[in-house]
Amino acid sequence: MQLSGAEIIVQFLKDEGVEYVFGYPGGSVLHIYDALFQQEAVRHILVRHEQGATHAADGYARSTGKPGVVMVTSGPGATNAITGIATAYMDSIPMVVITGQVPTAYIGSDAFQEVDAVGISRPCVKHNFLVKDVKDLAMTLKKAFYIATTGRPGPVVVDVPKNVTDPKIKIPYDYPATVSMRSYNPTVKGHPGQIKRAVDLLLGAKRPMIYSGGGVILSGAHAELTQMTRELGYPITNTLMGLGAYPATDKQFIGMLGMHGTYEANMAMHDCDVLFAVGARFDDRVTGDTKLFCPHAKIIHIDIDPASISKTVRVDLPIVGDVKHVLDDMYKEIKASKRKPDAAALQAWWKQIGEWQSKDCLRFDRNSPLIKPQGVIEKLYEVTGGDAYVTSDVGQHQMWAAQFYKFDKPLRWINSGGLGTMGFGLPAALGVQLAHPDATVACVTGEASIQMCIQELSTAMQYNLPVKIVNLNNRYMGMVRQWQEFFYESRYSQSYVEALPDFVKLAESYGHVGMRIDKPGDVEAALKEAFALKDRLVFMDFITDQKENVYPMIAAGKAHNQMHLPSERELA
Amino acid sequence: MRHIISLLMENEAGALSRVAGLFSARGYNIESLTVAPTEDPSLSRMTIVTRGSDVVIEQITKQLNKLVDIVKLADITEGKHIERELMLIKVRVADKELRAELKRLTDIFGGRIVDVSESTYIVELTGSGDKHDAFIAAIDPAAIIETVRSGSTGIARGEKSLQIN
Repeated sequence: MQLSGAEIIVQFLKDEGVEYVFGYPGGSVLHIYDALFQQEAVRHILVRHEQGATHAADGYARSTGKPGVVMVTSGPGATNAITGIATAYMDSIPMVVITGQVPTAYIGSDAFQEVDAVGISRPCVKHNFLVKDVKDLAMTLKKAFYIATTGRPGPVVVDVPKNVTDPKIKIPYDYPATVSMRSYNPTVKGHPGQIKRAVDLLLGAKRPMIYSGGGVILSGAHAELTQMTRELGYPITNTLMGLGAYPATDKQFIGMLGMHGTYEANMAMHDCDVLFAVGARFDDRVTGDTKLFCPHAKIIHIDIDPASISKTVRVDLPIVGDVKHVLDDMYKEIKASKRKPDAAALQAWWKQIGEWQSKDCLRFDRNSPLIKPQGVIEKLYEVTGGDAYVTSDVGQHQMWAAQFYKFDKPLRWINSGGLGTMGFGLPAALGVQLAHPDATVACVTGEASIQMCIQELSTAMQYNLPVKIVNLNNRYMGMVRQWQEFFYESRYSQSYVEALPDFVKLAESYGHVGMRIDKPGDVEAALKEAFALKDRLVFMDFITDQKENVYPMIAAGKAHNQMHLPSERELA
Repeated sequence: MRHIISLLMENEAGALSRVAGLFSARGYNIESLTVAPTEDPSLSRMTIVTRGSDVVIEQITKQLNKLVDIVKLADITEGKHIERELMLIKVRVADKELRAELKRLTDIFGGRIVDVSESTYIVELTGSGDKHDAFIAAIDPAAIIETVRSGSTGIARGEKSLQIN
């Protein structure tokens, strides 16, 4: 097949099985857009801002496990995409971003819409490429997909100068079905000796704790994790990124851990004698003060990235490998072992955990005349039968969604955990809805976050994506306000938004349905009404209690047993 | 602790900036960095001299290994090794006495005088960084016009080697 560079890109995407490309055209990618126009296999989703393209591709990737694909032009197209690339990088999301570039002869001359995309993206990509010769194009794209989706996944940028896609220059094309790279070979299987030792340590535990993260979801190891946890009968906590990897409604699940984790999960972390970390990276929002982290525990850590091991917390027993393979091997080892978990010790441990659980750390005032944001999420959970895909932005609403929506399945909770990118939720929801046209998709957001990518309401209209926006509108940047209340003597510097749009009218002007809810008694009916509108995007603007705080809270740099719980005053 | 990390990487545009960027982004020290192609033109060999605690050095080697362009890596300070740095130093030698003295000193340090003008000598010296420091300390600072040091390179002794199979 004789194809131009532009045609090679499109044909390659088709051969690679790519359904959707999220992007925005411009000068440097015009040849590619012309090739896209002349086929139907690869569908292009036109966003309203390149940041939206990356987040939508990210939502697609997080909810399917497949790589998200983005196409943007050079210069501002590339720089606008950076926030979304960094978001994907921090959460290890597979993504391939094709950026247009000025023709090779112009590179370095400060040409119109020229930016060093490879240089700018370098610190926030798994790898990147500049393709200078059309003959390298197909293999480079193959490498990009291979690197993005294997090992610890991540975004890969492929920068393509305009002359490389010249429609007049045709070369032979064959889909490169395989690729091998001498410098890139991720370890998949865990070391058998380490696995034996880990199983021994695990079965000898008196106060065990399983701490699992986003790696379990990325690896598709939720079934293996669940099987093993049930076999052992040990308590389990999930990180923010790991929610859904173990069913939240199961009795062995004791909630999320970390800064806004449950009292019982954090206390169990502090007191455990063996910590089993599975595909989690000991992030500072999880560990608090690393010197006081799990002070009594021997730590086992499975991770596919050797650099994640002993990066912030020294571990006693590392296993480098794909979580799915390692858990499978460990389970076989446990079944084969004559040792059984210490039932008496475990019973005492669960009794202790039960006492911590009785604190009811997620309680809130259910009789308030104001809408409590936690209550909205509880109702959202009920109305959607716990089976929605939930995306979120960043802040208080994100934490409430994580605490109160009980995810029983993986790939359902879509949020920017590592980078904490406001503006992520809405475009991500569009990517999720495209990937799962018949599924219920909710975007939990706040009035500050939603405005960072609100233009994507227009994209939702164009492609008829009926996501449901749950806007917890407290007229503050809630998390900023909370920190200012706690740590800056309530000096609310720049965290109050004086002029807000009428979100109902705004939604309507984009062609959607808008609803404003300001009474607690109306919450459930509004949600039911909105979710019954299967074919429409509904923007629900919930006017919530302005001063509600997220509890429990561990202040930055404190230990797991130094938690703030909601005071009686706040519950009165 | 001072460590010498030796690595083989794909001889591709941008590979050097990935390494340099990693050190600056993660706040690691670089004392010196040298890079040149090997006998296999598709590979470059880089030598990085860095300082840090054992934990930091472990992270540095892991993070370097994670870079897709890096094929193989070793901390050669873990075993017996040879370390060399090249120094060229231009010294003002106004009179006969000074010339004779610099010639003697150069001989003692096993160096060579590689350029002579009416008023200057250029001395070439190969060895460890310490040796160069000692040479510099032995001459009048006011006489030094210019020094150029290549940064250290190194190689493991004996059978040990850094090569791809």
